[in-house]
Amino acid sequence: MAENALSSRDRDGGIADVVKRLFVRLGILPFLLVIAIVVFALLSDNFLTPRNLMNVLRQSVYLMIVSLGQMLALLTGGFDLSVGTILALSSVVGALTMSTLHAMYPDMVGLSIAVGCVAGIAAGVSIGMVNGLGVAVFKVSPFMMSLGMASVGFGIALYLTGGVPVYGMPQAFGDVFGFGSLFGVATPVYVAGLLAVGLYLFLYWTPQGRYLYAVGGNIKAASLSGINTGGTLFLTYTLCGFFAAVSGMLLTARLDTGEANIGASMPLESIAACVIAGVSLRGGVGRLENVVLGALFIGLVQNGMNLARIESYLQTVVLGALLILAVIADQIRLRYVASLKD
Amino acid sequence: MSAITAEPRDTVQPDKAAPPLLQTIGITKDYPGVRALDDVSFELRAGEVHVLFGENGAGKSTLISILAGANAPTAGRIVLRGEEVHLHSVHDARDLGISAVFQEFSLIPQMSVEENLFLGAEPTRSGVIDRARIRSEAREILDELGFALKPETRVDRLTRAEQQMVEIAKAFRSDLSVLILDEPTASLTSHETDHLFALIEKLTERGVGIVYITHRMAEIRRIGDRITVLRDGRYIDTVDAGSASEDELVQLMTGRVVGGIFPRLDLGPAGAPVLEVEALSTRDGAVRDVSMHVRAGEIVGMAGLVGSGKSELMQACFGARAVAAGHVRLKGHDTTGRLPRQNICDGFLYLPSDRRTEGLMMMRSVRENMALASLDIPPFSRGPVLDRRGEARKVAELAGRLNLSPPRIERMVEHFSGGNQQKVMLARSLTRSYDLIAFDEPTVGVDVGTRAAIYEFIVDLARAGVAIVLISSDLPEILHLTSRAYVFYRGRVQAEVPADQLTEENVLAHFFERESA
Repeated sequence: MAENALSSRDRDGGIADVVKRLFVRLGILPFLLVIAIVVFALLSDNFLTPRNLMNVLRQSVYLMIVSLGQMLALLTGGFDLSVGTILALSSVVGALTMSTLHAMYPDMVGLSIAVGCVAGIAAGVSIGMVNGLGVAVFKVSPFMMSLGMASVGFGIALYLTGGVPVYGMPQAFGDVFGFGSLFGVATPVYVAGLLAVGLYLFLYWTPQGRYLYAVGGNIKAASLSGINTGGTLFLTYTLCGFFAAVSGMLLTARLDTGEANIGASMPLESIAACVIAGVSLRGGVGRLENVVLGALFIGLVQNGMNLARIESYLQTVVLGALLILAVIADQIRLRYVASLKD
Repeated sequence: MSAITAEPRDTVQPDKAAPPLLQTIGITKDYPGVRALDDVSFELRAGEVHVLFGENGAGKSTLISILAGANAPTAGRIVLRGEEVHLHSVHDARDLGISAVFQEFSLIPQMSVEENLFLGAEPTRSGVIDRARIRSEAREILDELGFALKPETRVDRLTRAEQQMVEIAKAFRSDLSVLILDEPTASLTSHETDHLFALIEKLTERGVGIVYITHRMAEIRRIGDRITVLRDGRYIDTVDAGSASEDELVQLMTGRVVGGIFPRLDLGPAGAPVLEVEALSTRDGAVRDVSMHVRAGEIVGMAGLVGSGKSELMQACFGARAVAAGHVRLKGHDTTGRLPRQNICDGFLYLPSDRRTEGLMMMRSVRENMALASLDIPPFSRGPVLDRRGEARKVAELAGRLNLSPPRIERMVEHFSGGNQQKVMLARSLTRSYDLIAFDEPTVGVDVGTRAAIYEFIVDLARAGVAIVLISSDLPEILHLTSRAYVFYRGRVQAEVPADQLTEENVLAHFFERESA
C-alpha cells in the first residue's frame, strides 16, 4: 500500500518533478549548457562546427586553469581576488627573464624558455604564498588579503615594465606553447588536461586533498580531528597562485609579449565558473569535473556571443548577470535539497 | 498614600480562582527525528515566579522559545488572559506583553544601549529618528529599573551582567505582563543577583508573571512560588516551592526508569594511569590549578555547571586550548601543549560537545565525517593514497554497528536527526585504536533511545580497556555511568567523588554548596 502511494505521487510529479530532482542532483550548469548550445546554434550556423568547438576549448583553457586554482580557495571557504594580478605578474617576470636570457645566449633557446617559465611561475607562486601566509597565519580575511595582494602584484608588474609590453622572447616559445598543436589538439589543452588530472588525483585520492574539503566544511571540526588547518590554507593559496601563474605563462606564449594588463577579468570569470559549477561560497562543496565544465561554459557563451556579433561591452553585462543567476539558483537548490533530502 | 496602604499586596497575589495569566494547553513540538515537547500543559498566574525545572534537553528551552514567539508549536494552544493567541514572532509576543531574556543575548554589540533598547521600534518625528526622545525614554526605563547604565554606552563595552540588564530593560519597552528569564544568574555576581531578585519582586508586585529557568536550588528557595518539572519533553508535575524538598525535586527531575537506559557498569579493575594532569591552568583562566588522573578501563566523570571548567580542562589536555602552567602526561610522557594531531596519533581523542559547530562537516557525507581523523592510516589509506574502497567498507561497518538510521553513508550529515549525527561523530572513536577518549556532553539533544545506545557504546569501550573521560552536565549520566567523578566549580576541582560515594546528594552538594552560602 505504501508502494502504491509512492508511485502515484511519482506520476503526479511528472516532468516538473524530474526536472527538480535533476536540478538538485546536478545544479544549474547542465541546464545552462543546454540552453546556451540551443540558443547559439540557432543564432549562428558556425557555432556547432567541430572547428569552432575546438576553438572554444582552446580559448577556454586559460580560464579553466585559473578556475581550478580558484576552486581550491573557494573549497576552503575563501576566495582569491589576486588571480588576475598573478597572471599579469608571471607574464611580465617570465617574459623579462626569457627575453633577457635570449638576448644574452641566442643559441640556448630551450634553456631560456625553461628558465623563463620557472621564473614566471615562481613569481606567481610567491604571490600565492604571501596570500596563504596572511590567511593562515595572520588570519586576514581572504577578501582583504587577496585584494591587497592584487594591488601589490599589479604595481610590481607595472613597475617592472614601465607599462609597456615586453618583447624579445624566443620565437619557439610562442610556436610551441601558444600556437603549437599535437594530433590536432592545441598544446595549452594538453597542459590544462595534465593539470586537471593531477589536481583530481590530489583532491580525491590523497588525505591532504580531503582535508581541503574538511577545512572548508568546518574548520573547527577539522582542527579537532588533527588536521593542520593552517598548513592546508597555506597550501591552498600557494596552489591557487601556481595555477594562475601557469595560465599566465600560456597566455604570454599566445600573445608573444609579456603584459601587465592581462587578466583583469580573471577574478570575476574564475569565481563565476566555479559558482556556476556548483562550488559553494560557504566552502566545503564542489567537484573538479564540474568546474572544468563551468569554465568551458563561460568560454562557450563568450564564443557564441562573438559569433552572434554581440558587442563586447554587453558581453560583460551577460557574464555578471550569469554569475548572479548562478548564486540565486544555488540558494533555490539548497531549499529543494532540504525538502527532498536525498 | 492611604490608597496604597489600603490596597495590600495580596490583591495581585496568586489567586487560585482567577483565570491564569498565561496557559499552554497540550503543546507539542516536533523536530526531525525528535519530539522536543510532548503534550505539555502549563499555567502561569499573575504575580508569581514560576520555576521551570528539568535536565538539559527536558524541553524547558523549547517551551520558553514557544512562549516567546521564537518557535511555533507543532500542536497545542497558548491562552493569554483567557483568550487564545497565535505568536508568529518574538515581535508578536512582545506586543502582547510577553518578553523573554534568553541566555544568548539579542543585542547588537556595536550599538549603544539606547539604540538597542529601541531597535525595531524607534520613535520618529516626521520620518527622522527622534534621538532626544530615545535618550529620555531610555533613561526613564533604566532609572525605573534601577540600572546604573549610561544610555549612550556601546553594548560591547559592557560586562556580561550589564548586557543582561540591557536585555531585561528591553523587555520593558512595552507593557510587560509575562517575563521569561532563562538562567539569568549564570553570569552574574552575587551582588548583581541580589539586584535582579529585588527587581523581580517589584515586578511581581505589579502583577507580572515570571517564568524562571534555573538549576540552582538556592534560587528556587529564594524567589520561586511554584515549580513545574519537565522531563524528556513531558510535563511531570507542578509543586509548591515552599513545601517541595530538594530530594523530591531531584527525584521528579531524574525519575526515569533508570535501569532501562543505563547499562550495567561491570568494569574490571582499572589499569595503569593513561592521563595525568598536574596543577594545570589555562591561559584564559577557565581552568585553574587542576590535578587529576584517568586510568585504563575506567570511566571518569567530569561534573559541574556549564562553564565550570570541566570541558575546558580536557580541551587543554587535547591541545585545543592554550596552557599557562602545569603538566599533562599521556601514558607517562609529557604532552603539555601538544597539538591535537599529535595527541590523536598517540591515541587520545576529544569529541566536542557541539557537534554542529565543532564536530561535523554538516554538508559532507557520513563517510567523510567518520573517516576524517584517520585518513592517514589503513584501512582508510594505503601509503600516501586514499583507499576509498577500504574507507567505504569500514564506514559501512561502523554505520551498521552503531545502527545509523537510515544506513546511507553517502548522505549529507545535515539530513540526519540529532541522535544519528551524534553517532556519526562518536564513530570517529572507532576508526583508530585509542587509549583515551574524552566525550564532551555526548547525549545533548539526543532522544532517549539513542542515548541508551550511546551509553552502551561508551561502556563497551571501557570494557575493552580504553580510558574514558565523560564530561556531562547531566547528573544521572555521572551517577550511573562513571567509576568516579570530579566535580568542577569556577575552574577548579571542587571534589573527587569515589565510586562508593557517587550519590546525588554528594555530587549536587559540590554543585551548589557555595552558591547558597
